[in-house]
Amino acid sequence: MPLFYYLAVSVVLFTIGAAGVAMRRNALVTFMSLEMMYNAANLAFVAFAYYYQTLSGQLFVFFVMTVAAAEVAVGLALMVAIFRTKHSINVDQLSSLKG
Amino acid sequence: MLLNETTLPDPAFALVPWVVLIPVIGILVNLLLGRRFNEKLVGLVASLAAGGSFVVSVLLAVALTHHPEGYTHTVFTWMAIDKLVVNWAFRVDTLSSVMMLVVSGVSTLIHIYAIGYMHSDVRHNGEPSRFRRFFVFLNLFVAAMMLLVSADNYLMLFVGWEGVGLCSYLLIGFWFEKGKDGLGNAKAGKKAFIVNRIGDFGLLIALFVMFFAFKSFDFETVFEAAPSIATAMPWVLVMMTLFMLLGVTGKSAQIPLYVWLPDAMAGPTPVSALIHAATMVTAGVYLVARSAPLYELVPLAQNIVTWVGALTAIFAATIAVGQNDIKKLLAYSTISQLGFMVAAVGMGAFVAGIFHLVTHAFFKALLFLAAGSVILGMEHGAEHGSHGHGSEDPQDMRNMGGLRKQMPVTFWVYLLGALALAGVAPLAGFFSKDEILTAASSFNPAVFVLLILAAFLTAFYMGRQVLMVFFGGPRTNSAKHAVESPAVVTIPLVILAVLSVLGGGLNLPGIHTLGHWLEHTFHTAEEAHFVWAIAGGSLAIALLGIFIAWLIYGRKPQAKAEAMDPLATRLGGVYTGMANKWWVDELYQAVIIRPLEKFADFLTHPVDLGVIDGIGNGLGSLTQALSAWWGRFQTGYVRTYAFTILVGAVAVLGYVAYLALR
Repeated sequence: MPLFYYLAVSVVLFTIGAAGVAMRRNALVTFMSLEMMYNAANLAFVAFAYYYQTLSGQLFVFFVMTVAAAEVAVGLALMVAIFRTKHSINVDQLSSLKG
Repeated sequence: MLLNETTLPDPAFALVPWVVLIPVIGILVNLLLGRRFNEKLVGLVASLAAGGSFVVSVLLAVALTHHPEGYTHTVFTWMAIDKLVVNWAFRVDTLSSVMMLVVSGVSTLIHIYAIGYMHSDVRHNGEPSRFRRFFVFLNLFVAAMMLLVSADNYLMLFVGWEGVGLCSYLLIGFWFEKGKDGLGNAKAGKKAFIVNRIGDFGLLIALFVMFFAFKSFDFETVFEAAPSIATAMPWVLVMMTLFMLLGVTGKSAQIPLYVWLPDAMAGPTPVSALIHAATMVTAGVYLVARSAPLYELVPLAQNIVTWVGALTAIFAATIAVGQNDIKKLLAYSTISQLGFMVAAVGMGAFVAGIFHLVTHAFFKALLFLAAGSVILGMEHGAEHGSHGHGSEDPQDMRNMGGLRKQMPVTFWVYLLGALALAGVAPLAGFFSKDEILTAASSFNPAVFVLLILAAFLTAFYMGRQVLMVFFGGPRTNSAKHAVESPAVVTIPLVILAVLSVLGGGLNLPGIHTLGHWLEHTFHTAEEAHFVWAIAGGSLAIALLGIFIAWLIYGRKPQAKAEAMDPLATRLGGVYTGMANKWWVDELYQAVIIRPLEKFADFLTHPVDLGVIDGIGNGLGSLTQALSAWWGRFQTGYVRTYAFTILVGAVAVLGYVAYLALR
């Protein structure tokens, strides 16, 4: 299969993820959209690594997965804390830093 | 102190810095230790300081009789910048020696007088603790004045010039909380300082021009280079001499800057006598005489100086006729006499000018001090004579009358001083004024006529003053109960009276002691000849003035203080003009001060508060408005931020892609 197909899927995934981050109010859905953007990037890494026959792309994917796992742990903890004070995880209600 | 034995012609010359240092020591002693001293000791220290300066001056004069060429004593280099080298150097020559003798001699007598005068004055004004301050200021004045007359370069002279101006300001405002509305004296001091500042500004410009053209301030260097500069750059000398003249009109109270001197009478009487009659105000005359080699190269400047002097002489004399304040009258008389001196040095009659300076210092100091004695007597009379209504002005001559019986010593010395000033032979004023008139007669007939008229008015107003103060009957209780002043006051008066009588002997016609003495400084020896017609004429004019004064004021003396001046009925509007000083103060107020105040107000409100503050406040509000506008972008919504980041990233990447694919 040509490289273009993998990249096309990656772009579509990334766009859906970005649109989700920009449009959804629920923090959990936002996280899921973020994960989708990571995986779009991972797909591009793997595709390029295969295309150029190098390992560095493959390696990078592991790093991204690890960091994403850590980020989700921190992010979910934050969300629990926010829910305890605001009784909601609607991100639009977290606007006390409005200028 | 550097002592160069090889070039020192006489060991006494090395003493010259002490004419300044001794008064400085006097200041320090009274300033640092004086708190523990009683009044007598403070006065003694100050008088000894002035007297020490006088003794040194005498030693220098004695040394000069053997070595009349003089000597310059360099103490140390003040500043050396490239080619410009300015030294602290003292100059002993016959001119500076005459000035030193007059300044320190008259100062000493006035210091002694002031011990008695200020003793009463500080009590009359209810602040005995200011006694010491007065003598510190007085010694400071002596130091500055001696610096002025003994300087060897213009910059050092300028230091003294400013120093005496400062002392004048401090002493005019000595009772700064007194006077009209509690501000009168302070305002008088301020006026003197500001008017002098205008003159000093002129002198400073003259010094800048001098630096530009000569690259030096030393008298010798400048005078030697002057003739070549005069041919190469004639405008330099014209500018220098004319701007110097502005300085002279300020310090020596000439038209148009004389207005500060009458107001300066707010100071205690010894100050009026020392600073505003005998010494400081003659600094301008000294400056022109010292700069004689410059003025002789610029006939235009000489003419202007002469006319300024002559016009001042006659103008101030007319105002003096209309004054009723005993000190104000003497102040206008001083302006008039300074006009005589300035006219003399302007004509190139330097010896005559300096001669009149010396004799005037004697008799005008005498008159002021005697007037102070009269005021003391009147104040005493007011305190003891009138029960309850002691509001009579002790300086107003209309309140006096008949004081010759109560104050005989003061009366006799005052009479001698007045006759000397009026120019009655053989007193001092006759000879010196006659020399000026003789010089004027060969210089310009118009100037001569002006000076003769001024001399006539001088005799008239002095006659009027003596008759109003000492003759007739006492017009108020203060005058009735006036008492003679103590010996510490009258003894200096008697010494000054003797000097006023004999002072003419300094430069008697035919002998010309002073003329020959000053020849060594003014290398152009002037032919001072005695013209019988002029001498007789000026004597006749003086006697005529006194006679007319007697006709008006002496024959039928005024009985009441409130009566109108007999001259007012005879002269009408002219007298009103003279009494109101020809409205010059009002004119300056309307033409100069009011517009300046308007201008200052304009600079304050529209310019400073409007434009300048507007720029500052405007910048502040602009920043605030900008930040408020930018603040709207910080919505607090995470999704907006994320979207903005996305748009930004797309824009940057798009640009990079565009560059790569182009």
